[in-house]
Amino acid sequence: MITFMNNSDSEEEPCNERTSLMSAESPPVPSYQDGLRASEAEEAQAHRKRRAGSSRGPNNLAGGEMSGSGVPVRERALENEEEELTLKYGAKHVIMLFVPVTLCMIVVVATIKSVRFYTEKNGQLIYTPFSEDTPSVGQRLLNSVLNTIIMISVIIVMTVFLVLLYKYRCYKFIHGWLILSSLMLLFLFTYIYLGEVLKTYNVAMDYPTLFIVIWNFGAVGMICIHWKGPLQLQQAYLIMISALMALVFIKYLPEWSAWVILGAISIYDLMAVLCPKGPLRMLVETAQERNEPIFPALIYSSAMMWTVGMAKPDTAARGPSQQTWDAAEDGREHLRSPSHAESQMSEARSPVPTRPITSLEELEEEERGVKLGLGDFIFYSVLVGKAAATASGDWNTTLACFVAILIGLCLTLLLLAVFKKALPALPISITFGLIFYFSTDNLVRPFMDTLASHQLYI
Amino acid sequence: PAFGLFLFTIARDPLRIIILIAGAFFWLVSLLLSSLIWFIAVKASDPRDERLQKGLLIFGVMFSVLLQEAFRFLYYKLLRKAIEGLVALSEDGCSPISIQQMAYVAGVGFGLMSGAFSMINLLADALGPGTVGIHGDSQLYFLTSAFMTMVLIFLHTFWGILFFHGCEHRRWWEIAAVVVMHLAVSGSSFCNPLYVGSLVPSYLLMAAAAVWAYLLSGGSVQNLRRFLLCKC
Repeated sequence: MITFMNNSDSEEEPCNERTSLMSAESPPVPSYQDGLRASEAEEAQAHRKRRAGSSRGPNNLAGGEMSGSGVPVRERALENEEEELTLKYGAKHVIMLFVPVTLCMIVVVATIKSVRFYTEKNGQLIYTPFSEDTPSVGQRLLNSVLNTIIMISVIIVMTVFLVLLYKYRCYKFIHGWLILSSLMLLFLFTYIYLGEVLKTYNVAMDYPTLFIVIWNFGAVGMICIHWKGPLQLQQAYLIMISALMALVFIKYLPEWSAWVILGAISIYDLMAVLCPKGPLRMLVETAQERNEPIFPALIYSSAMMWTVGMAKPDTAARGPSQQTWDAAEDGREHLRSPSHAESQMSEARSPVPTRPITSLEELEEEERGVKLGLGDFIFYSVLVGKAAATASGDWNTTLACFVAILIGLCLTLLLLAVFKKALPALPISITFGLIFYFSTDNLVRPFMDTLASHQLYI
Repeated sequence: PAFGLFLFTIARDPLRIIILIAGAFFWLVSLLLSSLIWFIAVKASDPRDERLQKGLLIFGVMFSVLLQEAFRFLYYKLLRKAIEGLVALSEDGCSPISIQQMAYVAGVGFGLMSGAFSMINLLADALGPGTVGIHGDSQLYFLTSAFMTMVLIFLHTFWGILFFHGCEHRRWWEIAAVVVMHLAVSGSSFCNPLYVGSLVPSYLLMAAAAVWAYLLSGGSVQNLRRFLLCKC
């Protein structure tokens, strides 16, 4: 197994390309942009509803494409309300992202703490050729910086390549590439992961069972990610592959390189998304121009996508959609109280666009939700996992990094609500995470240890 | 119990979760700063001098308590601003969350974080093999730690409510009382391993704070009676 990993560097490549893809896709897609278009239409609706005497609910996000044409020109006046709407559901969206990020981190930390395989150093990736086993500090630092430069340049090349392919509409190639890499992730890495976990807990499993389990897991995963599937299952699969990828990184990146890479990637992310010629920005803008969603395999989306011409939406969505529509109806009669609005909010679970009556023949639309690139998941988990693995066995550091990352995510989403365009999700969180990791490890730990040994409480 | 509190009261509402995490974050930052100070002090001093180290530790603890309260105050300021923002944004001029709820959640946030930091390494070690108190220390180490942590978490929650209430109504003596209580509790933990000296006062203080916070939040003996009677 160990030699297998060492020799399989070539097999690592597609996966690492994929990683670079994923990390390249790190900024959250401006769902608020989509939401802008949708909400312009929604304003019209809202206005109509308002005239009918009720107040807006969170449900009128649907009519995106369809009612877009018939929008009366009242957008000016309604712009403020649109902002209110955006910010109001900010809390809900933040939680919708907290949960998967937390889950991913929990999976990674649990694995790191229990399965020994991922903390053993057995070779390095081909992308980080310089070893860190050198005697002097300066040499080690130099090596890690060189490793970082190589890694970042690989990522940049991959991203630019992807953007070019996208621009010249070589969709088949991109799809093929993505499918190949997700195939590899789903099957190969799952096999290794499962093998290691079983080894740790000393559970025996025969090959046929293993084959069936992995085959099912992988096949369902491929379908879910690349095609249609229940939203939660798709989210679960995306979380799992992010966790697997993060584990690979944690295992194969040498220590100092990992930290420097994390720092460098957040700077790269910042530049790639915000600079006008940045590849990621171009990707996002091109996708928007063409009104297409970005590949589902690269982005975690907290909302659902419907497809064309369905006369009957999912029955699951139907139920609550009816509910919320009825609630909207009710709203016309009574005065809307804050609690009512809030309960509506929670009822209106993200996948529910509610204009079920006339909107059934709508085109493919996306409910307004927040999207986060998979690369973000991966790098957050790498940070927390590294903290769990290398911080003198301390849970405090892990916890501190976890809270730091969540707060960074909060702030990023807040900025997203304010700026309403694609923003890099990595920089703030990773910066906080890094600061907290280093400070907790070096400063807080001795303090807490001393306190605990004397059993003092602060 | 703290986790149960979390599940029942906070996990429903996303806004509260955010406030909770932010509260934890603020506590963490205060801890960071205080440990920075302590670290500098230790490095600058002689590591072999026991009395001095002990003294520095005590100083560190007190300083940390003061910093925690300072950060609670900062958090209060932040939440005030946030409430104004939320009120402006909401549809009918009413904030979706009141300052008291925020106080409660902030207190829980502080408490959870402080409890987690105190307990989690202990728990991890407790999973492994070993004997408690083998070197002549108390055998009740784990138990007392658990109880102490629990009382601290609750205390933080109550202090949050009291503190915010004091800030709201500009009653400085309330704030001062919270600070003094916190110092007292930390100070009482210096009596460890004489557990009587630390646990008992802490619990008494907690009961007092609980009653005070309850009264402040608008409860009263009638409410309590009605609540209990309705249930059974």
